[in-house]
Amino acid sequence: MLQVISLLVENKPGALMRITGVLSARGYNIESLTVARTLDPGLSRMTIVVDVDPALRRQVIKQMNKLLNVLQATDLTESPAVTREMVLLRVRAPMSNRSPILKEAEIFSARVVDSSVEGFALEATGDPQKLDEFIDVMRSYGDIEVTRSGMVAVSLEAKKLRLSPPIPTASGAGSQPGGAGFSLPDNPRVSE
Amino acid sequence: MSNLMSGARMLLECLAREGVDCIFGYPGGVTLPLYDALYDHPIRHILTRHEENAAFAAQGYARATGRVGVCCATSGPGATNLVTGLVNAHMDSTPLVALTGQVAVKLIGSDAFQEADTFGITRSCTKHNYLVKDLADLPQVIHEAFYVAATGRPGPVLVDLPKDVLHAQGRYSPVSAIHLPGYKIFTEGHTGQIRRGAQLMWEAQRPLVYAGGGVVLSDAAQELRELVELLDAPAVLTLMGLGALPSSHPNFISMPGMHGSYAANLALTQSDLLISLGVRFDDRVTGRLSSFAPHARVIHVDIDPSEVGKNRNPDLPIVGDAKRVLARLLKVLRELEPQEGPRQADARQAWWSQIRSWQQEHPLVPAVSSHEIKPQHLIAEIDRLSGGQAIVASDVGQHEMWSAQFIRFNEPRLWLCSGGLGSMGFGLPAAIGAQFARPDKLVFAVVGDGGFQMALPELATIAAHALPVKVVIVNNGYLGMVRQWQELFFNNRLSAVELECFPEIESLAAAYGLKGRTISRPSDLAPALEAAVREPGAYILNVKVSPHENVYPMVPSGAALNEMVLGPPQPVAVPE
Repeated sequence: MLQVISLLVENKPGALMRITGVLSARGYNIESLTVARTLDPGLSRMTIVVDVDPALRRQVIKQMNKLLNVLQATDLTESPAVTREMVLLRVRAPMSNRSPILKEAEIFSARVVDSSVEGFALEATGDPQKLDEFIDVMRSYGDIEVTRSGMVAVSLEAKKLRLSPPIPTASGAGSQPGGAGFSLPDNPRVSE
Repeated sequence: MSNLMSGARMLLECLAREGVDCIFGYPGGVTLPLYDALYDHPIRHILTRHEENAAFAAQGYARATGRVGVCCATSGPGATNLVTGLVNAHMDSTPLVALTGQVAVKLIGSDAFQEADTFGITRSCTKHNYLVKDLADLPQVIHEAFYVAATGRPGPVLVDLPKDVLHAQGRYSPVSAIHLPGYKIFTEGHTGQIRRGAQLMWEAQRPLVYAGGGVVLSDAAQELRELVELLDAPAVLTLMGLGALPSSHPNFISMPGMHGSYAANLALTQSDLLISLGVRFDDRVTGRLSSFAPHARVIHVDIDPSEVGKNRNPDLPIVGDAKRVLARLLKVLRELEPQEGPRQADARQAWWSQIRSWQQEHPLVPAVSSHEIKPQHLIAEIDRLSGGQAIVASDVGQHEMWSAQFIRFNEPRLWLCSGGLGSMGFGLPAAIGAQFARPDKLVFAVVGDGGFQMALPELATIAAHALPVKVVIVNNGYLGMVRQWQELFFNNRLSAVELECFPEIESLAAAYGLKGRTISRPSDLAPALEAAVREPGAYILNVKVSPHENVYPMVPSGAALNEMVLGPPQPVAVPE
């Protein structure tokens, strides 16, 4: 079953590698993955779709949360969220087919982004199932070439971002037991 | 406040502030600036004879003290040789900081001499890792590395240090704070869950404490003892948890699992409440998971949320540090004791008499023979000399299981083994690390003839530092555990398990300037071990034991705990 995960990630070297590494090491297949900067240039938002047994969905989120560079991991599979994907598609269109193709494109609210004697390049956005149908329809007109963006998602619920506060380093001593040391942040939490 | 110094010097300054007193390592080309800085620095560097052993020694040090172990290797082969040690620390949640050299920043990615993608290679075997490309980041990174390694669920953190960063000069000023906004640690446990847990504990008729390495890591032995005594509950300790409750404690049953005792495994099968503390329901403990503790409600206390519900869904999860959660639990339990305490007293008494009768039916008794030394007999003799006090660093295999069965540990941090990874070659270097950490302690390295040869070069480290480690080789001429499985599950077709040409130990020891002896007669066993312990320096005792002894009880892979095999298969199959 497909699980949609939204991650807020620090833009640190290796962050993407850590995330994909944990997913592959734990045996979860990545269906799609998108990543781009947020309003804060130090942070990225990732949307990952993984194919995973529903019983393991919480485990996937916990594994993501264990990564230091992951500030927030949210399971959007069953929570209110909008998901979209974009497809760029090139279809060979002989003169006889050009009008029907444009009609179909209109039905799917696809835009023509390039037109030549060879055919069209079309851009469509929607949920992944709708794009599957669009691709199927276009294939019926002849050779096509397809690039999909992978899913992006935004949660419709505000979720509080919990961040750990800075930890003072006691001068002359470190985190070693017995030393003056760091003090552990005391974060009571519902352990559900 | 700030002064000019090299990156290497800055690194040592940060290590000193973290309280590091010794590093186990092996130098190389790109770590030359670091070794130059070490030349006149108070931090001690221990030269092992292989980087993997530096990682294991640092873990022996860490496990024996609870402090962060530090190991160091050069780029390329040095770093890749650390990998087994890093995986080992990751599996056993051992706090470790690994420092590796790297080629100069501008050469990274050019396939330079002794370049390896250490940052990429070690991603999956560390809790976190760093590649420091700018000297300005170095102090911050080092303090973060120690903090991450030591806190939460401890683990290994690797810092990759390019040569030019170690060499460059910069102004050092102490780091006043570190900020890891995404590093989430939950220590206290949820108050409501703790209250419900206490209620469940008083209500249970057949409670069983199932405690592991997490209790040792959080220094919660005292709290565990109070819990067990307050509830008068029996307790089993996993391989990683041995010593968390004194072996001599009347409530301690023994280790459960694949080679656990009859009583421990049946107690798990019959319990109605598992009080699971710092354990991860490992397959070597649970046997067939679907049949594990089938009648029990499960309370699972762990600091790592991803362990909760990973293998067994608990009825009551409590995410928190074992020591903190137990302290809070004890408080609630004592509040409830006057009303709740006496309610299950009869049931508790019946539970105890059941457990005592299991213990009497099939006790763990070491095999003894008059004409050959049984390996169990050897381990029991080590136990006698230790008296629950010595540090025992074990390698991996049959001798490890017998040690876990027969050696008593009256406090935590005495038993050092490669639990999760099961990495042969761990025992000897771990004993070295532990002896550096605890020079006052009697330290045994209990190793097989296979694992001993994997770590053989470290005899030089023992000799160079005159470490009084007692190396006991449980020599059965085989890779015993593999032979046992070939015998039991592959029609005794013994394939590549015979260890021929084992070196003659007296000469080998002498070649390193050490004392050594080989014995094979039962009458020599006690005197030879006593002499080894009396010897002020190191001693290598090669004990030829009966070659075909197997470890029992045994829960075959994939079987349930109550389907354990108690002894060698009978010649005639007995129907169930």
